[in-house]
Amino acid sequence: MEERPTLTQINKISGKNDDFRERLINILKTELVSEVSTYQKNLSLGKYIECAENVHKLKHKIGILGLEKSYEVAVLFEEDLKKSNLKNKKAFDDILKSMLEFTAQL
Amino acid sequence: MNCIIIDDEQMARIIIEEMIANTRQLNLKASFNSAIEAIKFLNINEVDLIFLDIHMPAFTGFDFIQTIKNPPKIVLTTSDKNFAITAFEYDCIVDYLVKPIAPERFEKAIDKVKSSTSLPIKDSALDNHKPENDENYKVLYVNIDRRLVKIEIPSIKLIEAKGDYILIKTETKNYTVHSTLKKIEDKLPDDQFLKVHRSYIINFHRIIDIEDNSVLIEKDVVPVSRSNRSELMRRVNLL
Repeated sequence: MEERPTLTQINKISGKNDDFRERLINILKTELVSEVSTYQKNLSLGKYIECAENVHKLKHKIGILGLEKSYEVAVLFEEDLKKSNLKNKKAFDDILKSMLEFTAQL
Repeated sequence: MNCIIIDDEQMARIIIEEMIANTRQLNLKASFNSAIEAIKFLNINEVDLIFLDIHMPAFTGFDFIQTIKNPPKIVLTTSDKNFAITAFEYDCIVDYLVKPIAPERFEKAIDKVKSSTSLPIKDSALDNHKPENDENYKVLYVNIDRRLVKIEIPSIKLIEAKGDYILIKTETKNYTVHSTLKKIEDKLPDDQFLKVHRSYIINFHRIIDIEDNSVLIEKDVVPVSRSNRSELMRRVNLL
């Protein structure tokens, strides 16, 4: 079954502080869009080492959204990219799509 | 404890900022999105603790640690679940936190920092101290692909400068490291190593023979510059 993003981690980190929770979600939304855009740009330019750096950074947001299995895909893809291997690209892009759709609704 | 945060990711910074704000013993002095900016701050300010992201573009957390002279206590933050435990060979590193950081794990790290500050601080392996007879200083840790790799100093045959990198040749393996000949020269014992050329440091215990302007280190012929030749001849046991 496909893994779905959740706010469990964000709720845990923010505790009962609703202002902080809102701020965290806003930063997550804007930074995610920007990081995905940088990743896509580097990928289109064939800059795979830079792309691996982008995937590395995105791993935090994958973790924040509680996507444990997706995190493992990102780990593999990051290593693959360092060898210019795009085997896990489709799986990783699907994760990003799911994250962007989820955060857009927040 | 006065502390700073260094992380290129805004979300990571605000999470740690919030956790610091909720911890009575901590006082956040500043947050930086680059290690370079933090170095400028540390040149004129002292802090007790740094939350340091290891994986940053251009200048990594390990580069940062190697740059500052007397590093305070450091808690590393990383997105790598399989983070290399060898990082703890740096005395200043007290703990590491895997992102996303759970509040209870953050508290545990602060407890570690508190207990570590009550202990005497050992000499850092990062300073220019070179106690040749101390067993602890017979190894060198080099930063390769975000991991600290241990190299036995006596196993080093020679080091060659290659642009922004150095090539360390040992008995078993060669390592390419982003560093300078000057930096590694400062870490090596004077009674074993000698700079014989602007691009070469040799372990002179490994010399096979010496010619006019070169020296044979096992199978490698290393040039010896005129200015370094007299020092080399002084060091070897001439009949």
